[in-house]
Amino acid sequence: MSEDQRYGLARRVTLNAPLPLDGGGLLSPVEIGYETYGTLNADRSNAILICHALTGDQHVASVHPRTGKPGWWTRMVGPGLPIDPNRHFIVCSNVIGSCMGSSGPATLDPATGEPWAMRFPVITLRDMVRAQAMLLDHLGIPVLAAAVGGSMGGMQVLEWAATYPDRVRSVVVIASAARHSAQNIAFHEVGRQAIMADPDWRGGDYYAVGEPPAAGLAVARMAAHITYLSEAGLTEKFGRRLQARNAKSFGFDADFQVESYLRHQGISFVERFDANSYLYITRAMDYFDLAEEHGGRLANAFLGTRTRFCLVSFDTDWLYPTAETRMVVHALNAAGAPVSFVELSSPFGHDAFLLDVPELNRVVDGFLRAGET
Amino acid sequence: MSLRPDLAIIAGHVSPGAKVLDVGCGDGELMAHLRAYAGADARGIELDGANVSAAVARGLSVVQGDADADLANYPDHAFDYAILSQTLQTTRAPDRVLEELLRIGRRAFVSFPNFAYWRVRWSLLWRGRMPVTAVLPLSWYETPNIHQLTIDDFRAFVGERGLTVERAWFLNGDRETSAAAANFRAEHAVFLLRR
Repeated sequence: MSEDQRYGLARRVTLNAPLPLDGGGLLSPVEIGYETYGTLNADRSNAILICHALTGDQHVASVHPRTGKPGWWTRMVGPGLPIDPNRHFIVCSNVIGSCMGSSGPATLDPATGEPWAMRFPVITLRDMVRAQAMLLDHLGIPVLAAAVGGSMGGMQVLEWAATYPDRVRSVVVIASAARHSAQNIAFHEVGRQAIMADPDWRGGDYYAVGEPPAAGLAVARMAAHITYLSEAGLTEKFGRRLQARNAKSFGFDADFQVESYLRHQGISFVERFDANSYLYITRAMDYFDLAEEHGGRLANAFLGTRTRFCLVSFDTDWLYPTAETRMVVHALNAAGAPVSFVELSSPFGHDAFLLDVPELNRVVDGFLRAGET
Repeated sequence: MSLRPDLAIIAGHVSPGAKVLDVGCGDGELMAHLRAYAGADARGIELDGANVSAAVARGLSVVQGDADADLANYPDHAFDYAILSQTLQTTRAPDRVLEELLRIGRRAFVSFPNFAYWRVRWSLLWRGRMPVTAVLPLSWYETPNIHQLTIDDFRAFVGERGLTVERAWFLNGDRETSAAAANFRAEHAVFLLRR
């Protein structure tokens, strides 16, 4: 199995079957960057798909090629951890619309030989999930033991359960929601407007010029980053402390540590992410409303499902607050689905799902193991 | 595995393979027992997050929620049994919770501490103090028991609402006591109800 070129780190595949899109039209070919960890067992029953968040990628537990940093979920994925390559065959793919090897605005439009830029079709989370299903066909995985994701990854996981109920036995949805709220859309719109207001954006055609809209993308990231943290967390980390100075400068330098931190977050983000991808993926998230896709009633998305569900929220997450998760739990109860749900306590806000929360690992581990017996 | 006496009675009377909702399931002790020994499809609701985590970590389907707020979404007769063990007296609206239990479940097991137990009466009558007993271990200011009731209160309620008592068990410690003297002699009671 290890000889199989389909499996391993830093894989990329071009799938020629066209992908029908929710917005109309077809995407063809579909390129997907992905990684696999562990070994697919003989009856192909140990596969776990990990769905990444807005600016995440397939490097869930391997060194990021651009930043040199460890994978983004090494607290959850690895030997001895809840998602374990010694037990599971782990697949993580870059969502379409993104910029780490999957089809997106920065990849070439076969019709013109130029980057798609804003001519790339507007996609949805369900389109991303359908592309993942095509990848699983390619990898020879008929049914997933589990699909797991936080934030936008959790939304994809809910889409998985709703769209392919017979292809996923268990799902884990962390710090997520079944729809984007007005406030969620509002923050994303601030980010998009920051990018599009940058003169270097050039209507999206900045690839040939070589000057991406770095300032706009950095501001978008700064605004979004605030939503990932809790107020208490920011206060504890930075308070009103000044950055490498003893007094206010009476100017507009980054006097405060929190300003300096956000500027750093913005600048480092620009080095690893494409501005147009940010526009497309935030749009896909804003369009997400699982109830709307099922006649306006969320429970309809899960009627007759045999999939097991585990949902986790965090008490300090105000981006996707517990009330949103509870709505999903109520819909799953109404649909008669087997569901577990817990709100965990953490000071870290939305980002808690990526950070050290031992209780999260205990819950995910117990839930996944119960599905394996 | 040794279950609390009221849970042992419930566990002993759930039919094999039944679909069960345990409201106020704690860390899932009864659910785990029902799953292991009765092959039940058990689901739970629990208020305390640490208890929920513990239950989910042992592979049980438990949601964090509240009997007063989170029963409304379950469809009618989704379960063979709804179980409310030692939780009725902690709810804000026990009458509505009981109605919900018998809407969701075809039958309901309800267990609660009896406030007319003689030691409780003794404490009130002779000491003039709110009772602190084995079954009611917390002082008035920290007890979650906001709707104390007696066995006779419950019998009267069941009669007024036209519910049917299929069976009842009355316990003093882990020993059963007779129905006739239960309101005086039983520390707690388990009722199996249906509409």
